This record gives sequence, structure tokens and C-alpha cells, in this order.
Amino acid sequence: MATEKKMLNCIMCPMGCELTVTIEDGAVTEVTGNTCPRGAKYGHDEIMSPTRMLTTTVKVEGGQLALLPVVSKSVLPKGKILDCAKELKKVTVKAPVKAGDVVAADILGLGIDIVASRDMAAV
Amino acid sequence: MKGIYSMERQADVVVIGGGITGTAILSELARYNLRCVLVEKEPDIAAGTTKANSAILHAGFDAPTGSFKAKMNVKGNALYHELEKELNLDIKWTGSFVVAFDDDGVETLKELKTRGEANGVPGLEIWDGAKVREKEPNLSKDIKAALWAPTAGICWPFGAAQAFAENAVINGAEVLRDCEVTGITVKDGRVEAVETSEGPIKAKYVVNAAGVYADKISAMAGDNSFTVKPRKGEYVLFDKTAQKSMVSGIVFPVPTKTSKGILVCATTHGNVFIGPNAQELDDKEDLSVTSAGMDEIFAGARKLCPEIPGGAAITEFAGLRAASSTGDFVLGKSKVEGLLQAAGIQSPGLTSAPAIAQYIAEIIVGETGAEKRGDYKKGRPEEPVFRELDDEAKAALIKKDSHYGRIICRCETITEGEIVDAINRPCGARTVDGVKRRTRAGMGRCQGGFCGPRVIEILSRELGISVPEVRKDGVKSYMYYEKEGAAE
Amino acid sequence: MSEMYDIIIVGGGPAGLSAAHSAVKNGAKKIIVLERDREAGGILQQCVHNGFGLHHFKEELTGPGYAQRCYDLIKDCPEVEVLVDTMVLEVHDNKEVIAVNPERGLMKLQAKTVILTMGCRERTRGAIRIPGYRPAGVYTAGAAQRMVNMEGYIPGHKIVILGSGDIGLIMARRMSLEGCKVQAVLEICPFSNGLTRNIVQCLNDYDIPLYLSHTITGIKGKDRVEGITVSKVDDKMRPIPGTEFDIECDTVLLSVGLIPENEISRELGIELHPRTNGPVVDQHRETSMTGIFAAGNVVHVHDLVDFVSDEAEIAGKYAALTALGKNAASDRDLAVTPGAGVNTCVPQHLRLSSESEAVRLFMRAAQPKRKVKLSIMSGGQEVMKKILPVVKPSEMISVEIPAEKTAALSDDITVSIEEA
Repeated sequence: MATEKKMLNCIMCPMGCELTVTIEDGAVTEVTGNTCPRGAKYGHDEIMSPTRMLTTTVKVEGGQLALLPVVSKSVLPKGKILDCAKELKKVTVKAPVKAGDVVAADILGLGIDIVASRDMAAV
Repeated sequence: MKGIYSMERQADVVVIGGGITGTAILSELARYNLRCVLVEKEPDIAAGTTKANSAILHAGFDAPTGSFKAKMNVKGNALYHELEKELNLDIKWTGSFVVAFDDDGVETLKELKTRGEANGVPGLEIWDGAKVREKEPNLSKDIKAALWAPTAGICWPFGAAQAFAENAVINGAEVLRDCEVTGITVKDGRVEAVETSEGPIKAKYVVNAAGVYADKISAMAGDNSFTVKPRKGEYVLFDKTAQKSMVSGIVFPVPTKTSKGILVCATTHGNVFIGPNAQELDDKEDLSVTSAGMDEIFAGARKLCPEIPGGAAITEFAGLRAASSTGDFVLGKSKVEGLLQAAGIQSPGLTSAPAIAQYIAEIIVGETGAEKRGDYKKGRPEEPVFRELDDEAKAALIKKDSHYGRIICRCETITEGEIVDAINRPCGARTVDGVKRRTRAGMGRCQGGFCGPRVIEILSRELGISVPEVRKDGVKSYMYYEKEGAAE
Repeated sequence: MSEMYDIIIVGGGPAGLSAAHSAVKNGAKKIIVLERDREAGGILQQCVHNGFGLHHFKEELTGPGYAQRCYDLIKDCPEVEVLVDTMVLEVHDNKEVIAVNPERGLMKLQAKTVILTMGCRERTRGAIRIPGYRPAGVYTAGAAQRMVNMEGYIPGHKIVILGSGDIGLIMARRMSLEGCKVQAVLEICPFSNGLTRNIVQCLNDYDIPLYLSHTITGIKGKDRVEGITVSKVDDKMRPIPGTEFDIECDTVLLSVGLIPENEISRELGIELHPRTNGPVVDQHRETSMTGIFAAGNVVHVHDLVDFVSDEAEIAGKYAALTALGKNAASDRDLAVTPGAGVNTCVPQHLRLSSESEAVRLFMRAAQPKRKVKLSIMSGGQEVMKKILPVVKPSEMISVEIPAEKTAALSDDITVSIEEA
């Protein structure tokens, strides 16, 4: 039976509690160091299925600016963030764009859309 | 590598080096019917000692009587008084102090005064401490006396070099930048051509104004009669707000053998700097700033002016003095015929430049019998400075060209119009620092934090180059790159 | 001929736009926002990351998303005109504003009140004195951020970031996402000045080392950066000889602090505070000059744009009331002074009237501390206290004194933070 302990900084609030997460056979069995239940959940999720939002830019054709800032509609698996960013380097959108317009649907088959952060008028 | 100039070029005179000395010589020669070319290895003129020095037009009491330094200094100072208006130079005739703290120092002041009078410096006076502090109230209470030299002034050295180059170019001279000299061809004891990274240029005369590299250039032609050793000086520049607690003119300590000492000095733009120290070097490119040097110049400056507002420092920089092995300027004819030296030009080189230019030109004109150009144009193209105009003139300028209605550098209030003009005028800017030196964009508190990206964009547009091709200053000083992995 | 406005707002970032919106809500009829850049939104337009808006809009937004929210609130208001590509040259004490733009040329505008919302700028290399050469490849993090996020170019390929404030950390992740290698983040303080969340998600996620108590003591490379020398620093932040090591890089990004942009304020002659570097303001964000208000980063540098908007809404409201002649006259002026453990506190004074009002104080702690008591004292009495689990200099603290308590205040106020 493999037991592993990992140290994490909780990011749920400015307290920044230092968490110790115990993992046995690939499952979280204990989170200590947290001062509230949100910390315990964060410790669990950050080990079992860490996720991140992705923000980056894509190229725009015919827009008022050269680049359009974009954001993932919700969180993506942490391990896929760099691949998604790379994928978005290939994307060019045509102005005009509205905030919330889908720039890349179901990115890398992860079920998450990448959308425009802002409007981009055409020129 | 042969560049666009690989077609054989011919000139009466090739001037090597685009600093204050080279450009002043080019401008002087351009008065005559001579085909003149200036070559500069850097992307812009005034890229060496000229861009980093104390910017002082010295009165002329420092150098030993009879030396080139003394003669050229006093004459050069007088010539700047004449050229100021003609070339629209940025000069303030502030006068200068050398301050003494004890009896030994006061003795030195008297020696300097005597020497200055022998050199022909007008108006020297010794003032007591109280009178000095009346003029510069922030100076140390311990100052006993000072030598007052009313003919000294401060100037903007880059602007002076630019003015000389512009005047030369509108009179038919050519300035080749990014053009490094790789050799000098000598035949039967006489120069024949200058080999450059852009191809050879045939030349009857070669003027060596190559700053710290002047010994290398001279050796290319076979003249090893002197060496040039760089002596580094470090500086700290302060925000304009510092002037009220510092000085409005020039304040030197009593000089040592190797240098005029660490001074406190205003600039023509209303800033103040302190420095320089003096370090002997072998590396002709070492412009690094050191912590020890910073400590040294702060300590030195505090002796003169006790309240130095450290928080108002906006930048540090270093310059190299081109100190020759002869101790004096190396001026005039070499043993190689057709090679003229304007070498070992350290302080008071800036002040001496117009006098050196006349000295060199007289030799060439004397030998060739070249006549003055009939179509000689005085001065240089007008240079609108938006922030100095009144409201009516500002409005009129924007109406004429809407680029003047867009402020690019907010610290110094520099418009897009001025930047476009700086790029497109004779011997115009090609680099971000070139724009900065011509217009002051990026020279303020934010040091280009806001305007840097916009200046890059304007350079790219006006020069027809891509953003990654835009350079900061030096030959390979590229600033930004294309993003990686982007699909085309 | 000068046109007459109720309010002229200098700067169209989140502070200026929020102030304009609030001014409209409070009855102002003619407002003009003068923005220097090609569009409104300020520095947020280049902050493409998310994490904005949770307090103010109760929703997590990106920087451009937040800017758009602010802009959308006023874009259809007939009372508000936003003029971009417009630089204010001077503001006079009679509320005349001189500005230029390429289309309209030199403009002289007249208002009843002015709100200063010029934001802040970055500290530069000169301000922190890094020894070494001055090659290409040294940029403030914000300048690089604009090139990467708005113009489409990267500043280099191997990056070192000096300063662990949030902009530095955000840029570490941004450069990693662009395929660059971030070699290290260096911080001269023994603690990071950024949010823990950013340390985790911008550095740890990308295996970027953070060196605390370290700084750059040399830059190598004559034309372009070729590497740096790093030293450990002692508790007075002086480099310790013998601790030097080199890091190879072609780019150095500086994230070494922000300074309120107060050139216009200085020339106008309003009183500036030596610690915040911004105008001294009362609880309505009125400066030392009647009818001139200030809000946002120009007053003091914020870490959350949400607080910028909150503060700007106060300025917008009272500028509007002043322009309309509806502002109650104050009957007492109380100083607010930072005491033990507090570095700065805004507003610096309260001009209270018979109309009682709640007042929010914005403070920065002097040192990071856990379990502290924040107390607000007046005339030797404790007006309020608050126990806080943690304070950090990098995270602004906001406390509201309720209206019934401000009504009773008659003495100067001191705010302090002590261990509980």
C-alpha cells in the first residue's frame, strides 16, 4: 500500500493555508492544515483532478486590434492547458466579434468552448 | 559581406566615426566643394562617447597652456557661441564653478585661474563660499571658495552632433551608418581607399575620428604612433523634480591628475546628473554600470551637494573617454599621407569639436585648394518642438499635420509628428534610442514604459521594416520577436 | 471658446468609466471622458487573464471583459462622451482642461468639476539601479505585456522576471503559454508581493523557481541581454558578496512596483501624499483643491480593480453632487493617520457634515502578519475593531465605518494593526 504526502498552498482565500494531503493508493485519504471546509475540498480536488481556466489571445483579421483576448468558458484539466494554448495559436478569427462568441468549440475534444473576452469591431 | 554600397564609391574625404568630432568635421568640410562621406559602424551617429559624457562646454582653464586641448577648448567654446543660433543648438550658458573646501584647494583655484588666463579664458573670478551659495543655495556649507568661469555652459551633445550631420547632409555630404571600417588601403605611403562592411570607398583623404577605436583605425593604415585607452565614467541622471534640491549649473570639485572629478550638473532639459568616476579599462565596449561606481559617485557628489534625492534617480549610464597615450589630442597629419588624425579626443572634446573641425578642414583645403560651395546652405531644417509652442501655434501645427495632435510620450509631451519628423529628416532616426535622442520620447520618468511599443510601431511603419527588425540602439539590439508556433 | 461640462474625467480606464457611470446615476448631465489610448479601458485591455470583477460585478471576468462591462454601462448614456486618442496637457484650478487629439486639435474644455483618473505607471530599471550593461531585452512587465497581448510579439525566448508582484507572476505564466522558457522569478523581499493563487497557478504550475531575498546584480550582453548575475540579499536588501550565480537569459522583465501617475496633479498644485504618491483626498475623493476629485490608482495603487471601481463611484457621485450644487457643507475635518502596523490609509481625512454617511477606509499593512486586530481610534476611544486572520502588504484591506459611528466622530482618527 503506497502512502504519499503532498504539500499545497490553499488558494481559496488570502489566508493561504499550507495543506498536507495524504494519498493512499491514488486516493486522497486526509487533508490537514486547512482552517475551513473549502480548504479540504481544494486539497482533494487539486490532487485528484486539478483544473485551470485558460486565458490567451488569438489572431484577428480585419479587426481594430491585431489580437483578440479569449478565455475558456469554464475550467480545463490542468495537464491540458499548454496543449490548448498551442492549439489556439493556429486560430485566426474574422472581425467583428462579440464578447462570448465561440472562438474554438470543444477544444481538443475536452467539451469546453473557448470564447472571446471582449467585442472586437471590424475596421 | 557586400551590401548596397558594393558599387565602387569615390570620395575626396572619408571621415571615420560619427561622433561629435566626426560630424563637426563633416559639417565643416561640407562648406567646400569636396565629396565627403562619413562612415559609422553603429546604426546611428553619436553612439559612442558623444552619447554619454558630461555635456559641458568647458571654459578652458584645465588643460596645460599651449596644448591642443587648451587651444581647441578656448576656440571651440567661442565657436559654439556663434554656432548656437545658426544650428539651433540646445545650449545654456550657465557658467561653471570649481569649488574648494580648504586652503590647499583655494591655492589650486588660483593656479587654475592663472592658467586659464594664460589660455585666453575670459572673465575668470574667485568667489567666496557665501557668494557661491547665493547662486547655488544647495551646495555644501563647507565650501570656502570657488573659481567662477562665466563662459562655460551645458549643451545636448547628441543634438549638436545631429545638427552638424544634418547641416552636412543638406550640403551634399553622405552619412553611412551600420558601416564598419575593416581596413585602409595605402599605396606608396598614401591612403587610397577605406574598406568597409558595405564595400570599399576610394578616398583622397581619410579623417580618423574613431573615438576609442582611433588607434585601431590608425594602425590599419600603418600608423602605430599612439594608443587609445578607454577610461570609463559612470553617471546617475535625476528627474527634473531633483533640480530644486540640487543645482542649476555646473559644479566641479578641485581636479585631480586624471579627471575633473565627480561633479553635480544640470542638463539643458532641466534634469540633474552626478558623475563621472574614472576607471582605466582595456575593453573598448565596457559600458557596464557597477554598484561600486554608483556608491563612489554618490559619495563624491554628496561632498558638493549634501542633499542628493536618491529616489529621484531615473537612470544610470556609463561613457568611455578616449584617452590617448600622448596625454593630449592627436591632431593633424599622420606619417601616412592623406590620413588626418582627430584622435584621443577626450574632455574637452565636445567643446573642442568645432575648432578641431576647422583645424582639419584647413589642412585639407590648404592642400587641395578646394573652394567654398556656391550653394552652401546654412543651418538645418526646422524642428518643431510641440511642448515649447504656445496654444495658438500648437493648434496651427495640428491643423497642418494631425500627427502633432497625438501625444506618444506622455512624460515629455512628444507628439507622433515629432517622431515622424525625427525619422524622416536628414540623417534621421533608425532606432528606438535614436528617436529618443532626437525627440526625448522615452527619456522621462517612465523611461519608455508606455511609449516604447508605440515608438517601435512608428519606426516599423516609417522605415518600412517589420517590428522584429526594429533595434534599440546597437547593431544587434533587436527588441521583439515574432511569436512562435503561429500558423501562417 | 470653452465648452461647459458638469464633469471632465481625465483618463478612461476602469476608474474613469466607473466614475462617469456613477456621475450619471447621481444626476450629472454633461460628462466627458478624455482617454489617451486608442480605446477606453486602460491597462485592463492588456490584462487578458481572469480574476477580475468578483467583488464589483459578482462574476469572474478577464481584464478586457471587465473593461467592456465598465464601458457598456455608459456607452449608451447621452450624458457621457468618451474621447479616445486624446491627451490632457493641463488642468487648471478653474477647471479648465487643455487637451489635444489629432482630429479636434487643441481643445480648451471648461467644467464645474474634474475627476483625475490617470492610473499609474511602472517603476523602471533606473529607479532600482541594476548594475551592468544597458542592452535591448530589458522591459517593464507592462510594456512586454502590451506587446505580447495586444501587438502580437514576444520580448524574447528565455526570460527572467525581477519582482514577484502580481504583474510579474502573471507575465511568467503568459510567457510560458507563448512557448517561452521562464528561467526564474527573483524577489528582493523575503516574501512574495503577489497573491498565493498567482504563485500556485503562474509559477508552480510551470515549474518556475521563485528566489526570495534575491536580486539582479549584473546584466550581461552589450547589444542584447545574454544573461544576468543574481545575488542573495541581507535583511537590509543589500547584496551579499560571494552569493552570486549566473542565469542564462535573453530577456529581463521588471515588475518592481507601480507609481501613481500624478504629473498633471503636481502641475495643478494639489497636495500629494508622500507615502501613497497620490493626491490627499477626503472620503468623497475630493483633493486639496475644491471641485477636483481623484480616484483609482492615481490616488494609491490598488491590487484589485474592483476597489478602483468602488472608489471611482464615490468620486463620480460627489463630483456630480458638487457640480449640481447639492453637496452638504462639512462642519468638521478629521485627519485619518496610519498608526502602528499600517503603511498607508486612504482617505487621509474626513470632511463630515450633519448628513451622516458610512465611510470606507482602504489600508495597506506594513508587514505580513497572521491573526491581527485592526483598530480605529478617535480621541482615545476605540471606534471600531476587526480581527483579521491574515494581512499582507500586497493585499489592500478595506473597512467600513458605519454611518451611526461617523456621525459621532469629532476627533482625528488613527488606524493600527497589532497582533491579536
